[in-house]
Amino acid sequence: MADATPQAVDNIPPAEVPEVELYHPKSWWTKYVFSQDAKVIAIQYSGTAIAIGLVALVLSWLIRLQLGFPGTFDFITPEAYYQFITMHGMIMVVYLLTALFLGGFGNYLIPLMVGARDMVFPYVNMLSFWVYLLAVLVLVASFFAPGGPTGAGWTLYPPQAITSGTPGGQQAGILLMLASLMLFIVGFTMGGLNYVVTVLQARTRGMTLMRMPLTVWGIFTATVMALLAFPALFVACVMMLFDRLLGTSFFMPALVEFGEQLEYGGGSPILFQHLFWFFGHPEVYIVALPAFGIVSDLISTHARKNIFGYRMMVWAIVGIGALSFIVWAHHMYVSGMDPYFGFFFATTTLIIAVPTAIKVYNWVLTLWRGDIHLSLPMLFAIGFIVTFVNGGLTGLFLGNVVVDVPLSDTMFVVAHFHMVMGVAPIMVIFGAIYHWYPKMTGRMLNEAMGQFHFWVTFVGAYAIFFPMHYVGLVGVPRRYHELGDATFVTDSLHSLNAFISVAALIVGFAQVVFMFNLFWSLRYGKESGGNPWRATTLEWQTPETPPIHGNFGKDLPIVYRWAYDYSVPDAPDDYLAQNDPWPQKAPASEAAS
Amino acid sequence: MIAALIFLAIVVAIAGWWLSRQRLFSKPWLETGNAGLAPGTEAINQPASKVGLGVFLAVVGALFALFFSAYFMRMEFPDWRTLAMPRIVWFNTGALVLSSIALQMAVVAARRGRLQALRQDLLAGAAAAVIFLVGQVLAWRALAELGYFATSNPAYSFFVLITGVHGLHMIGGLIALARTAVQSAGGEVTERLRTGTELCATYWHFMLLVWVIIVALLAGWLNEFADICRQLLV
Repeated sequence: MADATPQAVDNIPPAEVPEVELYHPKSWWTKYVFSQDAKVIAIQYSGTAIAIGLVALVLSWLIRLQLGFPGTFDFITPEAYYQFITMHGMIMVVYLLTALFLGGFGNYLIPLMVGARDMVFPYVNMLSFWVYLLAVLVLVASFFAPGGPTGAGWTLYPPQAITSGTPGGQQAGILLMLASLMLFIVGFTMGGLNYVVTVLQARTRGMTLMRMPLTVWGIFTATVMALLAFPALFVACVMMLFDRLLGTSFFMPALVEFGEQLEYGGGSPILFQHLFWFFGHPEVYIVALPAFGIVSDLISTHARKNIFGYRMMVWAIVGIGALSFIVWAHHMYVSGMDPYFGFFFATTTLIIAVPTAIKVYNWVLTLWRGDIHLSLPMLFAIGFIVTFVNGGLTGLFLGNVVVDVPLSDTMFVVAHFHMVMGVAPIMVIFGAIYHWYPKMTGRMLNEAMGQFHFWVTFVGAYAIFFPMHYVGLVGVPRRYHELGDATFVTDSLHSLNAFISVAALIVGFAQVVFMFNLFWSLRYGKESGGNPWRATTLEWQTPETPPIHGNFGKDLPIVYRWAYDYSVPDAPDDYLAQNDPWPQKAPASEAAS
Repeated sequence: MIAALIFLAIVVAIAGWWLSRQRLFSKPWLETGNAGLAPGTEAINQPASKVGLGVFLAVVGALFALFFSAYFMRMEFPDWRTLAMPRIVWFNTGALVLSSIALQMAVVAARRGRLQALRQDLLAGAAAAVIFLVGQVLAWRALAELGYFATSNPAYSFFVLITGVHGLHMIGGLIALARTAVQSAGGEVTERLRTGTELCATYWHFMLLVWVIIVALLAGWLNEFADICRQLLV
């Protein structure tokens, strides 16, 4: 065993933190509501994100009811339908996935996994959640505003986003949407500073970057990306607010509306698309990278095998993060861009498939000849690999300009991005909740309900999105309220749409069972103990479960090894925790604690 | 998006330089730390607040770089007319430079433990920054009186937008500066006060840099640069 640890003792956090440095809650309010403890903030973030996510789930039911059974539901007018798809998309991408991965899992796991007492700026961290909550409330308020929420599509393309023909365009809807997004970005920036600086500065002794679990790598890189990408959305939102409120013409060209010339002139809708997708494409990886990281840890732990190609996994995460900033225009192939421009972006898009494919191979090779436990987290992790590969392959279709042009704005695109950045990351979120719920509560989630949840969700997701590819290939456009009597829409296509809708309702119901399980197991779940999965990372080595404030008792752990020492030959157990000094003996101070 | 990409390239270069010193080629599966030694984490040898400010400035930089990108892209349209800068902007620039100098002097005073000088420098810096902000309001009014309205010239819209966002950042900085000034009312130069002063000064210098770029951009000095970039892209 080579001893290659660095000798430098630079800026190591002290093993013991003086009592005064830790924030101590004084009352019920400061302990559970206005808490500065990252773990409480994590649960607040997750609860809010899941709650607003359920709204988006209901919206998706309504969308599918209209698509599957057009003309049956009178209350789903074309305006309402546009509002549903807009809010469904925006909530799922920004307010659920981003908030849950970074605000939820980031807050809970980063300090525990790197061996810190808390985030480095706890007060700012608390503010981050409250600003996020405010953003969600402003978003919800738009449902009750006169004219309802905006129906501009989740991409909010001008000029239609702020013209009177679009629901909410000349009413409060679009204003509340933009205000909510700006609040979200401000709140996220506060949290993001915490996640990045905590990883940089608050790692415990021995936790070098290359010993960090891939979960932390994924969340860290995604946060850096989000900090640099969200300003683009912010800029787009401010400029659109100016156009809408002050009558500037950043994005608005000269327009005639209902026979009247509008005051606008000279602006560029394409400028908005550039700004939006400069945020929008990194956003895909902001959601995907934490999922990549978490799923690596789930697979390694539940296959009792070290992750295959750890270094390559780290490089791939960093490489994907950097590359994702120069692929944005592949969302704009049909915007009339220069063909050479499109060629450049098609090339970068295909290059980014290389590190992504490396990761997929490494997950599969980690499973290869592993001691695979088909526990719930593992089932969801495998489900992720399958759906992600599926969505990734259709990404190759859409990344090529010539194939994208006919497929653009069809249901094929909808199926592609739901598979790759909807279903796949959600699979990881479920797997991660089944995996870390015991640490958060001290109890296991119910296995039977979990099995039901997994199989219905996994098979159901395929039942929804696999046929949807075909619907798109036939030529059914997205964002259409009703297909009408087009010749290419056959009877069988209508029944396929109905089938998809029924599958969507069933999958939605499975999520209700999952929600029930979360509450039921809180009380009746099996006691889990501190480390039910026999995992190596530091969050499982805390003296208390759930960890109390300060995380690690009197002494911070010292890290002696990387996060993936499973099935080490000759070791006393089939896993060696990161703070296990085997084959040496623990120093006296460690042994005493 | 050329300005944003240039900014990103700088960030990537810094991040890459830092990552290159993090032993990314090490083989963690072969390493086991010796229990007798406390292995380092190779964290940056600076307080978390300074690292935090650095990360925050990267975010602010991205924000302004994107505004600049939008400015360049909007410039290409035929209704564009370069703005005649109101004279007071030059006065404001002077005030901001003085403010930055005062805060730099405050840093020196804090390092030498001279409390009285520190207080004076902090107040001078804050006063100059307030003068800058008042001057900016006057600049907006001067442009409005010249007959520029939001709808008439996109360059004017950008002037209001970008200097407005810069002004908001200055107000935020003034709040932080006020907190530091309150701390300086105590009896001695504490570690916390010194760090706070340094953070304010760094933030001020950065906002000055952003301001200089904004002025160069709005005065049209960067138009040739934009032309070169456009030729590179096409």
